[in-house]
Amino acid sequence: MPQRVHAQDDLQALLQDNAEMVADPSRRTVQEVLDILSESGLAMVPQFLSRWEAREVYQRDSDGVFVYVEDADADPLTLIDISTGAALGTATSREVTQLRPNGGVRRVISGALVQFQVAAEDPLQRATALDAIENRPDASHLPLLRARLEAETDPQLQDRLAIILPRLVITFAQDEAERIAAIQSLAGNVSLGARATLNPLLATELEVHAETPEGANIAEILTPGSGELSVDAAYQMLVDEGLAPALIPGSDRLAVLSANVVDGRVGGLPTATLDTEANRDQAYAALVAEGLAEPAPTAADIAASLAAYQFIEIYREPDQNITDAANEALGETEFNVGVFRFFDLSLDGISLASIYFLAAIGLAITFGVMGVINMAHGEFIMMGAYTGYVVQTAVSNYTLSIAIAIPLAFAVTFAAGVLMERSVIRWLYHRPLETLLATFGISIALQQIVRQIFGTQARPLTPPDWLAGSVVVNDVLAISSIRIGIFLLGVVFFLLLWGILNRTRLGLEVRAVTQNPRMAASMGINPDRINMLTFGLGSGIAGIAGVAIGLFSQVVPDMGSGYIVQSFMTVVVGGVGNVFGTLVGATMIGSLQKAIEWLNPSNTLAAQTYMILFVILFIQFRPRGIIALKGRAAGD
Amino acid sequence: MQVFTRNRSVPIFIGLLTLFTIGVTVMSEAYGAGLISVSFTKVLGMTLCLCLAALAMDLVWGYCGILSLGHFAFFGVGGYVIGMWLMTARTEAVVRANLEAAVIPPTQAEVSDATALQIFSVVGAEGWPWMWAASGSLFLTLLLIVLVPGALALVFGWLAFRSRVTGVYLSILTQAFTLALSLYLFQNDTGLRGNNGLSGLQNIPGADRFGQDQISVWFFWASALALGLSYVAAAWVVSGKFGSIVRGIRDDEQRVRFLGYRVEVFKLFVFTLTGILCGIAGALYYPQAGIINPDEIAPIASIYLAVWVAIGGRGRLYGAVIGAALVSLLSTYFTGGRAPDVNLGLFTIEWVDWWPVLLGLGFVLVTLFAPKGLGGLVDLLDRKKQS
Repeated sequence: MPQRVHAQDDLQALLQDNAEMVADPSRRTVQEVLDILSESGLAMVPQFLSRWEAREVYQRDSDGVFVYVEDADADPLTLIDISTGAALGTATSREVTQLRPNGGVRRVISGALVQFQVAAEDPLQRATALDAIENRPDASHLPLLRARLEAETDPQLQDRLAIILPRLVITFAQDEAERIAAIQSLAGNVSLGARATLNPLLATELEVHAETPEGANIAEILTPGSGELSVDAAYQMLVDEGLAPALIPGSDRLAVLSANVVDGRVGGLPTATLDTEANRDQAYAALVAEGLAEPAPTAADIAASLAAYQFIEIYREPDQNITDAANEALGETEFNVGVFRFFDLSLDGISLASIYFLAAIGLAITFGVMGVINMAHGEFIMMGAYTGYVVQTAVSNYTLSIAIAIPLAFAVTFAAGVLMERSVIRWLYHRPLETLLATFGISIALQQIVRQIFGTQARPLTPPDWLAGSVVVNDVLAISSIRIGIFLLGVVFFLLLWGILNRTRLGLEVRAVTQNPRMAASMGINPDRINMLTFGLGSGIAGIAGVAIGLFSQVVPDMGSGYIVQSFMTVVVGGVGNVFGTLVGATMIGSLQKAIEWLNPSNTLAAQTYMILFVILFIQFRPRGIIALKGRAAGD
Repeated sequence: MQVFTRNRSVPIFIGLLTLFTIGVTVMSEAYGAGLISVSFTKVLGMTLCLCLAALAMDLVWGYCGILSLGHFAFFGVGGYVIGMWLMTARTEAVVRANLEAAVIPPTQAEVSDATALQIFSVVGAEGWPWMWAASGSLFLTLLLIVLVPGALALVFGWLAFRSRVTGVYLSILTQAFTLALSLYLFQNDTGLRGNNGLSGLQNIPGADRFGQDQISVWFFWASALALGLSYVAAAWVVSGKFGSIVRGIRDDEQRVRFLGYRVEVFKLFVFTLTGILCGIAGALYYPQAGIINPDEIAPIASIYLAVWVAIGGRGRLYGAVIGAALVSLLSTYFTGGRAPDVNLGLFTIEWVDWWPVLLGLGFVLVTLFAPKGLGGLVDLLDRKKQS
């Protein structure tokens, strides 16, 4: 048969042989065509199938030749040869017929396509094929994937295969040992895909049985009234199964009583006396005796019904070896998930600690070193954040605007700090508690002025793209880049301040003025100048912290008050008067808060409450903080 | 009666307060000429409560030297305690009225359940939280108004003074305390209706027959009485030997300790007493305000309390009263929209917006230039008389 030989190396001829089935396929006949096409081994087949599925194949009416068109919207259409890709001339849309396989047929086609795509050169296509298999797994995919697993080189796809293949094996393989091996291969895998594969294996159904059923794969026998199954729910199950009479709810009983009131009496009792449960029971019993109401089961009835039946959770999967293996595998997974959660939590704690540290570090200088209670510290943070916002309205490149905003915020708040020190604070160094009142006044005035300028609604401070994403380790563990950025900023600040205070002339003078201003003055240091610079430095740092904080939280006029108490606590817990103490304090408070949140994840307010209570108790044992120093600040 | 002779301000203060009370009554809608509206009567009554809280603050800070930034927490707690009773009684009355139409009378449990549903459905909870156990009884509520703030102050004060936390650290600790309390109250599942707070507190059970015009005057009287009695009590505490020791603690705690006095006990007494006074003030304040929510306990409220005392003059009882009355009445005036706007040509100063700025700068100026507060003016008068 020469034609047949010819057909095998030419797609067009092959299609022409089955022209009718190609042009007008049904779900049943299309499989036949697909088999022929796959057996042919022609290189053009996958492309044809995908375009067929996408309704991009046309048939020329004049001679029945199958073609692609270059641009479906053009008129006339440019026809392209299926086998060679060469132009075949043009035709108007009336001269060709578009093949429109229906949805069912297209699904069969895409199923057949998968076998080609799975082995395609382009990793993107292979990924698409895996998507298709994940969405509609089929027994026929099993050998395909098995073959692929060894050949796959892309590590990401390898990981996906390692989950999808076991899933198919578990679902479609007949051999128990093979299924168990597949389950075990997923043990400890924390990805959502692996967990989604294993969890359904352990799905149970709660059933009521008079006796323990033979051969059932029992997960657990529940006792009514235990944590998993309440008495009410258990009894309701019996009622639903028709094994026990329904309870009469109080509202129904009341309705029956109300309906049977005759001359102000129900069941022999005047209605006015029916304001107690006992009297109502009595009246209802009287109605039952008269046949006017359904009898209600008593507590003893309920107990007897419950005792007569067993409430059994039965696995949907009948094979106990499979469920055992799945339980074991999931146990391992849960352990790993727990480990990663712990890492996740620790990282959360560290990033929260970094935020507290940034918010408090300026205060560690003004309060810790100088002993000034600056209630306007939060407002310096707020001013920094608004500086960032203003810069962003002027400079549209986010990276550049952040780069400008950070030094600018420092300059603005440094100036504000110096102004405040010169005009107010310096008169109050002998009355530290009163700096609190004066700076509080400044704080509410500043808040209101900002409210006047910028309005009350939140202003956006958008992080640049490279800070907006997150580093994903796996489905459990992911860290947002902004938090990494803030952590790094915290580290830089710490090193910088530690360096300034311990390794520079300025730092030496600051410490000298802190410990004994008079002696420092007699040694030729100008305490006025040092106080001014120190206060400016603390305020400027608050401004930079404001830019960082504004990047992930809302920029609003009263944002500072949210950080002020926390900042003071951080400084006090850490130990007043040194930067290292603030670091320790922030780490402790931040990680503690996250740990408490972990115990009660739905409630961050409770975590904050308990954290503060802990701090209050902690002060009992270390009133001077974790790292206590001597000096002016520690002396009062 | 020694109090009246030793502390000259007591007879003057009581006299002025009596005159003021009579004046307000004569001008009220319910019992007089109707020159003072019901809402303004309430404002005046509430101001007296704030004065009482400031008086307590003055005792603890101005006389004992403990700058507590958490005393408004006790004020709020007192309000919550009375609020639970008021809200329960009020809601129960409404529920009973609703159930009256039924053929069969409701059981006690049904009324209680329906009341709980009405109160707590807003936070998605059912049934009574344990904290509301006393809310059905006026007697227990009155007892708790004293006991709860007192116990809180006692425990906190004991913890703080025992470990000798002083000065700035104590201030920050008290601030943390009030923040913790306010955050706790903000939660929906603590049984105090989260940030909804308690509402409808102006409806006094059993007083439905009387209008708000009368009730407002009664509460004004009660507030005046509480302030007057507390003033006398405070004057008694600060005069005599006890007062000397307390002031000694303020001026030099170590020296008083070396003299053999148990400083911690004195501090704890003053702290607890003032906590109770604040609780009573709150319990009188919120039925006049009509609503309480956790925002009231926020740290900023307690700082305001300190600022009032500072403006009025620390260490003199009338100073606290003057400061609280002045600032809170001025705030009401300026933020109530009654103050005329100032037109500067290019720019119009609207006081609703600019009052906080003025207030803030006022704090700064008073702190810098009048460390003795407005009460310091009285010293000037005294000096002139003597010379």
